[in-house]
Amino acid sequence: MSYVDELQKRISQIEKGGHEKYHQKNEEKGKLFVRKRLELLFDENIDIEDAFFANCMDDSLPSDGVVTGIGKIHGQDVCVMANDSTVKAGSWGKRTVEKILRIQETALTLELPIIYLVDSAGARITDQIEMFPGRRGAGRIFHNQIKLSGRVPQVCLLFGPSAAGGAYIPAFCDIVVMVDGNASMYLGSPRMAEKVIGEKVTLEEMGGAKMHCSVSGVGDVLVKTEPEAIEYARNYLTYFPKSFREKPRAWEAKNAKEFEKSMEEIIPENQNAPFNMYDFINRIIDEDSFCEIKKKFAPELITGLARMDGKSVGIIANQPRMKGGVLFPDSADKAAKFIQLCDAFNIPLLFLMDVPGFMIGTKVERAGIIRHGAKMLAAMSEATVPKISVVVRKAYGAGLYAMAGPAFEPDCCIALPTAQIAVMGPEAAVNAVYANKIAELPEEERASFIQEKQDEYRSDIDIYRLASEMVIDAIIEPNNLRTELINRYRIYEAKNVIFTERKHGVYPV
Amino acid sequence: MEEVRAMMAGNVWKIVVSEGEAVEADQDIVILESMKMEIPIATEDGGIVKEIKVQEGDFVNEGDLIAVIE
Repeated sequence: MSYVDELQKRISQIEKGGHEKYHQKNEEKGKLFVRKRLELLFDENIDIEDAFFANCMDDSLPSDGVVTGIGKIHGQDVCVMANDSTVKAGSWGKRTVEKILRIQETALTLELPIIYLVDSAGARITDQIEMFPGRRGAGRIFHNQIKLSGRVPQVCLLFGPSAAGGAYIPAFCDIVVMVDGNASMYLGSPRMAEKVIGEKVTLEEMGGAKMHCSVSGVGDVLVKTEPEAIEYARNYLTYFPKSFREKPRAWEAKNAKEFEKSMEEIIPENQNAPFNMYDFINRIIDEDSFCEIKKKFAPELITGLARMDGKSVGIIANQPRMKGGVLFPDSADKAAKFIQLCDAFNIPLLFLMDVPGFMIGTKVERAGIIRHGAKMLAAMSEATVPKISVVVRKAYGAGLYAMAGPAFEPDCCIALPTAQIAVMGPEAAVNAVYANKIAELPEEERASFIQEKQDEYRSDIDIYRLASEMVIDAIIEPNNLRTELINRYRIYEAKNVIFTERKHGVYPV
Repeated sequence: MEEVRAMMAGNVWKIVVSEGEAVEADQDIVILESMKMEIPIATEDGGIVKEIKVQEGDFVNEGDLIAVIE
């Protein structure tokens, strides 16, 4: 056999991955082979691959169970780490970890986005001394991720388990896409939970994709299939620059989708009646440009990337249809991370307010709503990208603050004619101020007294009065809002601000 | 069987379906009044309303059972 023949033979052997039976097992679960995943992920295929021959002296460990390298997504070079679950269930040996570390360090040096295709059983216990505790052990993967965070986009596609320490790879990514039925994350498996703490639970309950994307918030996007997850990631990256040094690229501008009902018709006059904020968003963004993050988690607040006139914008919007649009600990958390994500990568922010305030009651106080709310305010306050807030309807109490109210240096705070800004709504305010008086009044006089005081209160917080006092910067006809926003973002693009000088803040986490 | 639960604390303001009624996915079952807002509580999957566990005026906490759909 010639040298070249031998090389070819070895290459084709390694490219096949693990034993045939593991390929079959994966196929039964709807899981694609790692190299197929990469073909779908990249415009063509992976362009360069590193340490392809890792652990090649051992026939049972092709590439040591992980593929690392660089390929193009929409023309942009992107680093990748992809577990091969046909090789010892994608577990990590010494060389697996070293390969992951090296591609991360490449991402750091070249300042390129990095995608983690995770499908791994975790550490190979047999190799623990080599891969667990040391300077180049698995801990360093997370250290590198934390260093990469905010420098380059980090995306995790979860196709299988991500167990124990491995579960921190998703945790340090900007976004985690999970495939329903196959993806899972947990520190201790159900079997371990039963042994150690006596809890009996299924894998799905413990760390399934649905649970994480709707309850824990560790997952961001729930998808049905692997190709769907890959398509989401390809699209997601179109909103981002390759690193924090650049702005997102502009795409072809599109008009907003056309609807039968005008903006005016979808916003109810009664402040207390729900309406669907998605209808509002769809009328101001470029058609089909909404890329939602954490749709199923804390749905009382909508967060997502969109385009206006072809340019990226990050939207944070109260959803009155869910929980009245009230802010909860989870919604505040969700907003805080999303705001940081956009600010890190120079994506302008748009806050759409229709918020009765933060939730009250024992349940949320015990959950630390003050601490979580503070987190949202801190992130929003510190964001130095172009920042516009729009008061769609009500903006009561700390809700106004959390949603980039005038005190938090938005470049502009716009009100629609339906806007109502106050410490609290008229009903609550009249109750708070006149409770004793109302109680003293004869029954038949109460209703008219309350009505009169509420009307007084309403005229006191009249939106034109607030515009006259320059609390808000503009009142805009709702059907003109999109044009107004596009103009303002174009102008604010020149913004170049440093929030403040220090090592870092002490965050209310 | 689907259990419809309160997504937040509040008072039951209106019950908009009756037991035995067929409901579609995402249809409102009750409307809570909380934080001065109307909070519709809907089914996820729909089916037949087997039992309504609350009465108008009741206080419900987050997670309390409101109705059972079959």
